[in-house]
Order: sequence, then C-alpha cells, then structure tokens
Amino acid sequence: MKIAVASGKGGTGKTTISIALAEAAPSDAFLLDCDVEEPNSGLFLNKDNGRKKEVTVLIPKVNESLCTSCGVCSAFCQFNALACVGKYALVFPELCHSCGGCAIVCPVKAITEIPSVIGEKTLYSVQRKNKTSLRFIEGRLSIGKAMSPPLIRSVKKEAEDAIQNVPSLKNAVTIIDCPPGTSCPMGTAVIGCDFAVLVTEPTPFGLHDLKIAVETVRKMNIPFGIIINRSTAGDDRVVRYCEKEGIKILLQVPEDMRIAQGYSRGLSLISAVPEYEKEFQSVLAYIASSVPAKEGL
Amino acid sequence: MKEITVISGKGGTGKTSFTLALANILSKRNAIVCADCDVDAADMHIVMNPDVKEKHEFISGNIAVMHKELCSRKDGSNCSICSDLCRFDSFHKTSDGFFEIEGPDCEGCMVCVSQCPSNVISFPERRCGEWYVSQTRFGTLVHAALDIRAENSGKLVTTVRKEAKRIAEEQNAAYIIVDGSPGTGCPVIASITGSDQVIIVTEPTVSGVHDLTRVAQLAKHFSIPFAVIVNKASINKEKTEEIETWCSTNNIPFLGKIPYNGTVTTAQIEGKTIIEYEENKESRELSSILQEIAKEIV
Repeated sequence: MKIAVASGKGGTGKTTISIALAEAAPSDAFLLDCDVEEPNSGLFLNKDNGRKKEVTVLIPKVNESLCTSCGVCSAFCQFNALACVGKYALVFPELCHSCGGCAIVCPVKAITEIPSVIGEKTLYSVQRKNKTSLRFIEGRLSIGKAMSPPLIRSVKKEAEDAIQNVPSLKNAVTIIDCPPGTSCPMGTAVIGCDFAVLVTEPTPFGLHDLKIAVETVRKMNIPFGIIINRSTAGDDRVVRYCEKEGIKILLQVPEDMRIAQGYSRGLSLISAVPEYEKEFQSVLAYIASSVPAKEGL
Repeated sequence: MKEITVISGKGGTGKTSFTLALANILSKRNAIVCADCDVDAADMHIVMNPDVKEKHEFISGNIAVMHKELCSRKDGSNCSICSDLCRFDSFHKTSDGFFEIEGPDCEGCMVCVSQCPSNVISFPERRCGEWYVSQTRFGTLVHAALDIRAENSGKLVTTVRKEAKRIAEEQNAAYIIVDGSPGTGCPVIASITGSDQVIIVTEPTVSGVHDLTRVAQLAKHFSIPFAVIVNKASINKEKTEEIETWCSTNNIPFLGKIPYNGTVTTAQIEGKTIIEYEENKESRELSSILQEIAKEIV
C-alpha cells in the first residue's frame, strides 16, 4: 500500500505527518522523502549512515567532428537546450528535458546521450521499537538544478524495486512525503499511490491551497482524506468545507507547543507526544480498510 | 525602481504574510507593484482582495494529441513507436488495443509527433494556466494560477515578473514586491534570477535551518544578493541565535527576528495584513518590528 502525504500549501506539516505515519506503522514500512528540493524528513529520524547513489538523466553530447551545425536538432528541441550558431551545436544541459529527440533527428548521427547528475538518493535503515523494519529513502536535488520529477521517479522506483525483490516486504506500507504545490513535482510524487493524505491548517491560505490539492487528487482518481494540523490555530472553515464536500477528516492535531518546540529541535511528533502513536495507527487502519486489497504494490 | 523578492526555502515560514506586511508598509510612501510568483499556491490575493482588471490565458509549449481513429493499429499493425520512444511514460494502452496519451503526463517534447510513421499525433499549443492584472489597496497586483499538474511554472513566473516590471515602469513605481515559491527548483530559480534583492524568511527549526542553507547556496549560485529574517523566533531561541551566528560568519545581512504571534493568523482570517490589524498590544509590537525591518530593506 502506497500513501502520499501532500498539501497545496507549504509548511502545513507534511513531513511531521509522514514521519508519524511511518513510525506508527505496525508492519514493515518505507518512508520516501520526495520533497527533493528541500528534503527534511531525515532530520527527525534515528538512522544509520545510509547508502548513497547518484541520480542521473541523459543529456546530449555532440561529436564535434561529425556535427555540421545544420540546425535540425536545435529546431526540433522544444526546450531550447541546443543552439547551432558556430561550427557545431552547443548544449545547454540545464534546459534539457532528456527526451532524446535530438539524437533521433540528427541527420549525421553526431549526437549521443550521456548521463548527467541531477541529485542523489540515499537509502537508510531507521531504528524502531518493534521488530519490523523502517527503511527511509531520501531524494536530494543538486543546487541549481531546476527539474525534480526524474529524481522523484527514481526515489519511488528504488522502493518499488526493493518491495518487488524482497518477498518479506510484500505487505510493507510506503509513505511518501511529497513536495508542496500541485504542479508537476507534486503530481509525479502522488501518481500511482493508493491513497492521499492531504495536510492542511485552518486558515484562509490553508483552505485555499487545500481546495486546489483536493481538485488535483480528484482528477487523478486517488482516494483521499484530510489531516488538519494546528487545528485550534485558526477557525472552523476547513471543517465546514470538508463537511460540505463529504471529505473524510482523518485526524485533527491541535496546536501544541510541545509539538512545535520538539519539531524545532528535530523531535518527531510521536517522540514529542507519544500519545499520538495510537491516533496515527487508527488513521493507517482506516486507510487500509478503505483501499481495495492488492498484492504487494 | 527596485525589485525585492521574498523566498523561504521551507514552506510555511510566513513568507507571504511578511511579503504582505512589507507591501503594506512600502505602499504608504511610494507607488509599488506586487507580483505573486508562488504560482503553484498563490495566496497574496486572499488578503489583497484584488479587483481583477485583466485576465490572460497562459499558453506555453505544446501537447501531443493522439488521433487513434487514424492509427495503423486499427488495420492490425502492431506499431508502438510512439510509446516505445516516449521517455515520460505518457502512453497507456487502451482496452481496444490503441495507445492514448494522458494529458498531464505529456512533456511536450515532440518525439512521438515527429516519429509516428502514420502522422496521427497532432501537437497543439498547451494552456498551462492564467495570469491576472488587478487593482488592490496597495497598488497593482500581478498574479497567476497554474492549472492542475501543469508544466512550465518557471515560465509563468517569468511572465508574471515581466508584466509587473512593465507596469512598474509605466507607473514609475519605486518597488516591485515579489512573493516567491518554496523549494529550490524551477519556479524559485525563475523568481530570483535578476532580482535586485532577495529576502529569505526562515524559522528557527531544524528544517528551517537546513532549507535556509540550501536556498542561500542557490542565491549564491546565481550571484544574487540576499538577506535573512527569522520568523517565529520565540519558538526556539537557540536555533534563532544559531541562524544569526551563521549569517554573521558568512557575511550575510541579518535583517531581524519576528516573534511567534497568533495574531498573524487572526489578521489573515479577517483579510488584513498584520500592519492593518492593530487590535492589541502584540500586533502593535509586531508591526513596529516589521517597520524597522522595512527600513533596513529600503
């Protein structure tokens, strides 16, 4: 079972909720930090040193002795990643979307594709109280790189492969800490999930961005529920909206200085206020019962 | 004219609330133009209550559209070139044996369009959102809404900034106040490149510090001057000091710290900036801190 933890607005508590769900999971669990532009989950976990892997995308390499600077590749590229101004084509890797089109259309076969690093993913093992395992995979986009979706796909694939290759992990639950917003990075993280937990706060900004997130997961046909974080910090507008729309409120977490101060020091919600473990187990049980049964992933 | 861009790295640090307060303060003495470049989750308009004067479609790039009624598979061919060449898994097999393209998955790269042997994939322009020019009590606001799961958020940010700049020149405005987006990726890069000053609003938490260092690296990477503000400073005084020390060690201007205060939310609920909301002592205190920070900025 794969659960995406998302929100339109940033800073509503996606990371806090993701970790709480992963920590509360009674079975083997994976936690994926797909907020690769600003990955934070790792700051709250008691983890080992991890195994790091570079994540690359393919970019064109021009063989200068073959290239005639004919302009076919630069005219084809939809992202302006190639220019034919001098004796041979110039590549602007930061604009390349790795579609491979230039290599296909080059009439003299002067373009090959080479890997280019966009970030890294690290696989950690996290200590937990019970006998089950918690594996944590963090994606981290290199500074200055614009495009996160290929890295997000790579992090998700790492977990999918592990679950497929290790029979005992067949029933592991995967929790995905998604990037904020509702554009391509968020869509890439959420797609293929069985359930989405949308985290919001009871403020005008929170509700406005929640509505966009709801519209997004509805369009993607993913069942979802809401967690209202800092639920006593605003008014009842989110509750009223959910009632009107018939949306399940999975949990409300009242504003609590123990949680806020614990968070500021790197303590997870359940470490700061252990009573919450049961609450999050109930949320997981509800999600499991509402998602149609599937073999493994 | 000076363009001031507010970003945060981490989401939810109070970037937009700060931007609104700054716009409010500066608009009392000068003509300003605001640009909401958090196009993915634009919130400035909620407090600015804009009167929309212009609405424009944002068209960017193209999208592949499959015309399966013309596809050779209807005559029994097993051609799958489109799907084989697509690097973005945009093609899905239908139950009747054709391929279809899931709109939001299409990257718009044109590979399938150019390689289909029967030329059955068209490539119309793609709508990715809308942008608006509005009147508000603080001056003109240029804002936008990206469509659900749309691409090209960076280009929409660039469009919003360009339009804000054009209007600011026309109105001879002193400042353009830009609300950026969280993260370090595409829309953030588009928000800060070429800006006169970047302000990073962070919070005194492990995540706030972590994300601050990444977004500061990004600003350095593009050689853009930036300064730091700690919001919700009272949540963790040690972390606040840590950030202050980090700024002074790295020669980064530290503009000030704003204590945590629930009235920011109350003001937001009433559709006001914290400067407008002077109902009690705490918010007046907050208001004077913000006035001081604004003096530092201009």
